[in-house]
Amino acid sequence: MRYIRSRAITFTVSILLWLLLSFSLDWQHLLVGAFAALLVAWMMGDMFAGQPGKWLSPRRYGWFAFYMFVFAWECFKANIDVAYRVLSPRLPINPGIVKVKTTLKTETALTFLANFITLTPGTFSVDIEKESGYIYIHWIDVKTQNIEEASRIIVSKSERILKEVFE
Amino acid sequence: MNETASLVFILVGISFDLFGCIGLIRLPDVYNRLQASTKCVTLGTCGILFGVFLRLGFSAGGVKALICIVFVLLTAPVAAHALAKGAHKYGVKLWERSVCDKYTEDKK
Repeated sequence: MRYIRSRAITFTVSILLWLLLSFSLDWQHLLVGAFAALLVAWMMGDMFAGQPGKWLSPRRYGWFAFYMFVFAWECFKANIDVAYRVLSPRLPINPGIVKVKTTLKTETALTFLANFITLTPGTFSVDIEKESGYIYIHWIDVKTQNIEEASRIIVSKSERILKEVFE
Repeated sequence: MNETASLVFILVGISFDLFGCIGLIRLPDVYNRLQASTKCVTLGTCGILFGVFLRLGFSAGGVKALICIVFVLLTAPVAAHALAKGAHKYGVKLWERSVCDKYTEDKK
């Protein structure tokens, strides 16, 4: 069978999710869950875990935990920022769509980067060009229109962490 | 103690949801409104769900609330990208006082 390692990872993740959702170790639950997870693993092939080797290195999980902390803090800051802009009577916004460049290549990393950008202060990704690595970002308070400078302000921080996790 | 903490989280969540809705009305165009609604509503909903988790603890309901947090965090930004890209493709203009629009410049 092809993609045996990818399928094993998909199976493990889906049965863990099933166990959390059903929250019981009854044999009937386990049987149905194992059957459903097998079906999912068989259908997904290597779509979920494209490069199974990456799932086995503990260093990536450490970086991912660190990423979650950074993400939670940035998300909180973003909310304070938007709440301030929305509630202030003068409506202090200065919006526009800017273009930034990223060095990330894999699809998972780009997805996480776009999500990170959307949930961090004042920025929100509109489109990605995967080949050239450009991301179009709607910025609620445009500080610069220069590509390098905007990249430094918006993406460089999360890019470093995501590179360690996904590439 | 747990009761109080969960109430605090739920109240903070509800107020951020409210700010998101105010932003939806006050801000001028689709893209700015998406900014307010995605950010505030994501954290607001996560706050409410985390409050529910604190109240129920590690039980069937509490763990489901935690999984919902992950689900909301992964799907809300994706929905926002889809809406923004669709709006831009359909020709919805930016607010007239916007500074720049590199996306339109590049698509021409």
